[in-house]
Parts: sequence; C-alpha cells; structure tokens
Amino acid sequence: MPDRFPSPFEIATPEGAEGWQEMYVYSSMFSESRRDFEDSMFWFQDGVHWPNVLTPWDATFFEFAIASLSQYNTRHLQVPPANGIAFRILNGYGYLSPVPADESTIEERVANFTDRAGHYFMNWNDLYDNWMTKIRDLVGELESLEFNPLPEIEDADEVVKSGAGLGSGYALQDNYHRIVSLGLKLWNYHFEFLNLGYAAYLDFFMFCKTVFPDIPDQAIAKMVAGVEVDLFRPDDELKRLARKAVDSGVADAFSAGDVEATCEVLKGSSEGQAWIASFEESAEPWFNFSTGSGFYHHDKIWIENLEVPFEFIRNYIDKVQSGEDLNRPVDAIRAERDRVVAEYTALLGSDEEKGEFEGKLGLARVVFPYVENHNFYVEHWSHSVIWRKMRQLGETLVKEGFWSDADDIFYLKRTEVEEALWDYYNSWATPEAPAGPSYWPPIIERRKGICDALSKAKPSPALGVPPEVITEPFTVMLWGITSDSVSAWLGGGDAKEGELRGMAASPGIVEGVARVIFSADQIGELQDGEILVAPLTAPSWAPIFGKIQATVTDTGGMMSHAAIVCREYGVPAVTGTGFATTNLSTGQRIRVDGTNGTVTVLD
Amino acid sequence: MTMVVWFNEYSPSVKASVGGKGASLGEMTGAGLPVPPGFALTTAAFRASKDEAGLDAELAAHLDGLNTNDTNMVSERCSEIRRAIEGMAMPSAVEDELRSAYATLCSESNTDNVPVAVRSSATSEDSPDASFAGEHDTYLWVRGADDVVEAVRRCWASLFTDRATCYRVEMGYEHHTVEMSVVVQKMVRPVSAGVAFTLNPLNGDRSQICIDSAWGFGEGVVSGEVTPDNFLIDKVMFEIGRREISNKTHEFRLTDHDTVEKVETEKERASESSLTDAHIKAIATLAKEAEKHYGCPQDIEWAVDADLHEGENVVLLQSRPETVWSKKQSDSASGGSNGDFMASIVSTLMNPLHTQKR
Repeated sequence: MPDRFPSPFEIATPEGAEGWQEMYVYSSMFSESRRDFEDSMFWFQDGVHWPNVLTPWDATFFEFAIASLSQYNTRHLQVPPANGIAFRILNGYGYLSPVPADESTIEERVANFTDRAGHYFMNWNDLYDNWMTKIRDLVGELESLEFNPLPEIEDADEVVKSGAGLGSGYALQDNYHRIVSLGLKLWNYHFEFLNLGYAAYLDFFMFCKTVFPDIPDQAIAKMVAGVEVDLFRPDDELKRLARKAVDSGVADAFSAGDVEATCEVLKGSSEGQAWIASFEESAEPWFNFSTGSGFYHHDKIWIENLEVPFEFIRNYIDKVQSGEDLNRPVDAIRAERDRVVAEYTALLGSDEEKGEFEGKLGLARVVFPYVENHNFYVEHWSHSVIWRKMRQLGETLVKEGFWSDADDIFYLKRTEVEEALWDYYNSWATPEAPAGPSYWPPIIERRKGICDALSKAKPSPALGVPPEVITEPFTVMLWGITSDSVSAWLGGGDAKEGELRGMAASPGIVEGVARVIFSADQIGELQDGEILVAPLTAPSWAPIFGKIQATVTDTGGMMSHAAIVCREYGVPAVTGTGFATTNLSTGQRIRVDGTNGTVTVLD
Repeated sequence: MTMVVWFNEYSPSVKASVGGKGASLGEMTGAGLPVPPGFALTTAAFRASKDEAGLDAELAAHLDGLNTNDTNMVSERCSEIRRAIEGMAMPSAVEDELRSAYATLCSESNTDNVPVAVRSSATSEDSPDASFAGEHDTYLWVRGADDVVEAVRRCWASLFTDRATCYRVEMGYEHHTVEMSVVVQKMVRPVSAGVAFTLNPLNGDRSQICIDSAWGFGEGVVSGEVTPDNFLIDKVMFEIGRREISNKTHEFRLTDHDTVEKVETEKERASESSLTDAHIKAIATLAKEAEKHYGCPQDIEWAVDADLHEGENVVLLQSRPETVWSKKQSDSASGGSNGDFMASIVSTLMNPLHTQKR
C-alpha cells in the first residue's frame, strides 16, 4: 500500500481533454512557478460540494466560495491555527489544501480571534437577524437585474429626455458586472458566520469526547438536533400542498399526466385555481431549491422544472390518501434529544462541568439555525436566481446568434462573458456584425468535448503526501475526511470483504435492496423500501426520504447537510464510505447499520 | 431476635444485620429489580451460635500471639479456627428457622430441594471491597436442608481465612466483634453469566456500561479463571461500541452429579459470543436501573436464566458500589477555562485531538 498520492504534476491529461486549462482562470492552475509550494501540500478533491467537472462559468462559485472562506480565517477572524484553504482545478475537478497559520503568529491571532469571534458569539442573534435582512436585500437586487436584447432605438422619454445620460448597452454590461459582484458579496455573507458556527459545534463535540471518551458521535449530534430550520421548509410546503389537493378534492388532477396536463385540469375549477395560487405562494422563495448542491448550472431547480416538485406532490398525495402520516418525527426527535441531554448531564461529575456542558450545548444550538439555514438562502435561493439570470443572458445572446443554446454561456469564463457582452454592445452601438457568432461556437464545441472527456476520467481523491494527522477542524467535521478515510483511499478501499465503513450519520439498522444513483435525475428510479446509494445526497432529496429505508453515501461528515437531514427525517444513514457507489450495485441486498457506521453486502 | 430476613422483607433498618450482600439483594428486590428470591441469615444467628458454642474464648486462644509474618503459623492456627466453626452446633433457634426458611423457598419455587447459592455477606468494617472475595465464602448449587446448614457453617468459617485474619490483626480489629450474615438465594441455571460495571473501568467514563460475559456460571468471570467476552455499550444511546469475543476454553457448569465445576468448553461454542445483542441491552438496562437506584456507579453480577423465556431471562444477582473510579477525584474537563467560552473554543481549534477515528 503506497503512503502517498500522486503529485499534481504526475497526473496525465485524459484523452480528448487536451488544452482543458484554457477553461479556467490562470491562477487556479497548478504551475511550475509555484511547484515547490504545491508539491509540499496535501490536496483533497472536494466531492461534497463539487462532485462533477467544473464548467468554465460554474468555476466562479468554486473560486468565490473557497476564497471567501479563506478571507475570514486569515484576514477577518484570524482563526488561530488555520489560515485559508488553497485551491486548484485539475482535469476539471476542484482540489483543496488547508493552509496552516505560521506558529510564530499564533499568540497574536488568539488575541484577535478572541476579540472578533467573541463579538460574533456574544451578539449572534442580532447579527443573524441583520444577516437575514442583508441576504433578502441581495436577492432583491439580483431579481431586479434584467438581461433583455438591446433595443432597436432607445426610449425617447425614459432614456433620452430623462437626462439620465445612460443607455441600455451600459446597463446590460453593468448588470452583468453586478451579477458577478453580487455573487462575491453573497459568498462573503455566507462565510461571515459559518466558520464560527462550526467552531461552536466542534467545541461542544470536543467537550463531550473529553468527559465521555467513548460517547458515540451520533449521541452528540442528537443533542443539537430537532430545531425547525428553513432548510426543511420546501419539503414542508410540498406536503402542505399535497394535503390541500386532497382536502379540496383536486387530487385527481395529478393523475392527468405531465405538469401541463395537470395544470389544465386544475384551471378548470375554482378549487384548482386556488390550489395553483397556493402553489405560487410557496414557490417564492421555497421552490428556489436545487436538486443538487446548487453549484452547477445543470442542477435542476424546482421552480424552473415543475415536474420535480409535482412528482413529489403526487407521491405525497398517494400517501395522504392511503392514510400515511407525512410528518417528520419532530416531536419524537425533540423528546429523544431532551432525554439524551438530561441523561448525559446527569452523568457529569461536577456542577462546574454541568455548567460548561450547558453553555457549550447552548451555543451549539444558537448557531445551528444559521449553519443550516444559510445553505437554503445562499446555495439554493440566491444561486437559483443567479442561474436564472445568467440563462436569461445566455438566451439573449442566442437571439443575437452568438451560440445556439442558452446554457452555452456557461462554457465561457466569467471574464469571457464580459468580452462577449462588449462585442455585442459594440456591434449594437456601431452597428455592425458582432464577431461572437463565429468566434464562440467552435470554442464552446471544443470545450463541451473537453468537459465530456474529463468527466469520463475518475479524479484521484487526493494529491501529495498526506499529513500524519488531519488537524484542520472543518476538514474533519464537514468533509468527513479523517486520517482513517485517507488510509482507505490509499488502500483503495480494501476493508473487510463485503463490508464498507463510514460515519454513523443517522441511527437505525435496516436490510434491503440497494439502488445506486449518480444524480438527482435518477431519483425517480427509487422503489419503495429500497436503500439509496449515491455519491452524496442533497437537502432537496428529502421528499423521497419517506420512500426509502436508508441512505449510503461516498462523502460527507457527521455535520454535513446530508447527515443532518437524515437525522431530522429519522432515516438511517452511513455517510463518507468513500466507495459505496463503486463497490455496491443496484439490486444487491445490503444491511445498513446507521448506528455503527457499517454497510454489509448480504448476497 | 430475628434470625432470617427475606429479601422482600428488607428495610434499611435491618441493614446492619444482613451484611453487604444481604442489604444489596434486599434493596434491589425492593426496587423491583429481577433478583432471584432468597433470605439472609442474620448476624444475630451467627452471634447466637458463637455464644452457645463459647467460640470467642476458643478464638482468643488460637489467636493469642499470632505472628502475621509467619505463614505456617497463620495457616495452622486459622485452619484450627475454621474447623472449630464448621464443627459448631447451631442452637435450635437458629437451625429451625434456617431449615424452615429453606423449606419455604422450595415450595415457593415449586422445586424440592431447590438449588441455592450460599454466600457470606460481610459487614462493612471487615472487608469493604472485593479483594476478600474468593474461596470459602461462596457455595453453589447447594441442595437439601442439611447441605444448606453445612454451607452456612463453612461461610461463617470463611471469616477466618488466612488473609482475612491477618488483615484484622494488622488493622487492629477485635476478632470477637466480627459479624457475619449469610445469604441463601435460589440459584439460577445460567446460559451465560458475568459482571458489569456502570462505567468504563479502563478510563472511568461514566457514560458507558462494560460487560464481561462467559458461558455458564459467573464464578469464573468473578474469580478471573475464565477469560470472558467483553462488551462496551453506551448508557444513554444503548449503542454497542465495542465487542471482544474471547476464546472461552473453560466454563463453570452444572455436572451430572449436581455440582458446579470448571469444565472444558466445546470448541464451537468457545469462540461464539456468549451474549446476543438483546441480552447485552437487557443487562445494560438492569445495570442502569441499579445505578439509578443507588445513585452511584455499580459493579453488578448478572445471569441469563436458562429456565426463563427470552426477553425476560436476564436476572440481577448482585449489585454493589464500584470502588476504584468512585474514589478518584474526577479531573474537571474544564481545564481552567471556567466559563470563559472563547478560551475553550480557541483551545478546541488548536487541539489536534479531533482527528476522529471511526
């Protein structure tokens, strides 16, 4: 078994992907100029957030997200042992490497961190309320941006005689700059609290492990659970609408066929129209929900792919009609949480310890809503609007002949879109034929081929020499990457024959038939009572949790959204197995032990 | 003068007269825990017997000038004492009550000559901890009133093992004030048996229950002669965090001639787990209840009764305070941060211990 992963400089370019580097910003590449540094670091592929090849424009969020995280650690909060996370793109996949802080600066950092993070912890609720306002304002700004084709002639009154002195061409480009700028602003907001939230979780975790060395991870997670968070709201709205359909007698419309057919039937009655109005109320903002992580333009968004929520509603209607209870077991989860907290508290040796336990648990609960909610407001709602606006822009350029499909715009880097818009604007101003229609299509064609070739080559899970011990806290808690998982990657997953190990993310032991899927599009393949096996699940997959017995994933730690959602829904789960989708196949009978973190093949 | 106290008659007021084991079995029975029925022959019974036999004078004679460093002397003198006690006649007040109680136990169990365990139940000053447990003070699978009487006398005699005697001499305890009760309890025919701690004895973690288990009678586990299976289960979550199945080469089993002896275990069973998960959870539930009742970590003995149905067959044989970790001053986990939550968060972030193993 090797003790290291390949160097980034040893990785070959997959056939058909030559020249892939042209798709990304120069500073995101491994290069000879920084080779010494790059070869000295350990890089892991982020399969949790970016499991697929990055299309050029999509890489924007990868870069914005990681840089924002880094900025807070390094320049805002000065997290004592950790600076930011270096990132590179290699063969289309994102690789991350935590950058430690210089030992000699630790003392100063501790002082700064204590002051700055302390301020956030002490004023958390007010700052969080303020954050919600900022986010809603930002979404409002995004919604206000329009990307229509430039007019034949500017409006006489509004544009010319108004004295504004600016025109549509300026606005078009300015709007695009604002999309990009608001995107970075969004990610700044995302990380304003997040690292602190995880620090609070970690502090509580560590305290529990110190006083109770053998305490199961799951016990700790349960103690923070059972809080109503907005992340579950979209699913709750689906359930509400299903009940409404049954109660108001329009449930039959959902057997009419596709979305269009169903809506035709609904429009035919006043109850049906009322239902549609209710749906539209829920849709903004709750159906701005991605079926994936929210980081790719191709992830389907509920509000734009109504067949997705309609299918979930149809399933829920069936359940309502057969008398099944749709509710998440919130009361049971809360009762269990309270029992667990009371019992561990009673086991503590001193009043001092009890006080500390209470304090840390309290803080973990204060931060939990932000840590979970931000995911909806940033990666789902805000991103949905951005993808929608970018498509609108893409469509405008389709009309101008630049390319043939609205989504082709995502094969341009963010700086290239600016160039394309300049070309369009200039051609409109002159007027003359833009260069774009003959310039971009071959590039887009080539890049599509490259992305296709890159997606066929499985990326190395890591690069470089692994450290003896993984110390960066978020790497462990969120990404679920531990020294053990690194060993498993190096050994190629030769655990006990027929057994997989992972995080015991959500308790329960079940046996059933596995269904291995690789994207949200395949969710419809799941049969009742099957066990879902996937690289990772997204929060928006929650509506099928009522159907399945358990989930098994390749990635994700105890506090990943996937794990939290499974716990809140009472669905057994084993996450971070590394190899579930490779080693298991659809139709196999497996036993999932979410209490102990193992998956056993029974056949 | 009460000679016999049944477990289900126990109250704290009689604690001193029934000794540690008796009190514990009485308390557990009163707390509704599944304890096999039985009774304690009180310290008064021993005193009455001693007085009638004039034992104290004999004791004084044997112990006069005893040199605890002279092992031969100790051995000789103590065997003399034990012989004297074993040969002691019981006053009828005592023997009648003992036989009568045993008869009641037989009829209540619907079994003639019901098998019982006859065990010493020491009072606290003499031997506060398990270090005195061992030979001579436990007799298993005793059947018939005559044998019960005999076993009682032997238990009394175990007050004067070499070790116990030297201990008292060194500690300056007067031998004639030594009290003893004897517990007579219906015996369980066990599928498996063993001990459990309501904490992890390796690190004192109070959130865990640690179970040692072997096939057959639990004496092997208690005495250390049998290497048991070991399980660690979380007390709150009831998750079995660790299992170690040992190669159980021997077990204490009931032989054809109605004795409990150490025999070799069949190869196939030796490497099988002596407990199912259901058993483990049932034992943990009992241990947890016992701890809750007593309000401190417990060291319990349990058995899986072969004559009861699955789901109701785990019984508690003994429960006493755990002594090792309870004595230790628990190191405060706060490490001095005392309410300064930022210092704690900083220290958590700096501490590489969060490299979680699965």
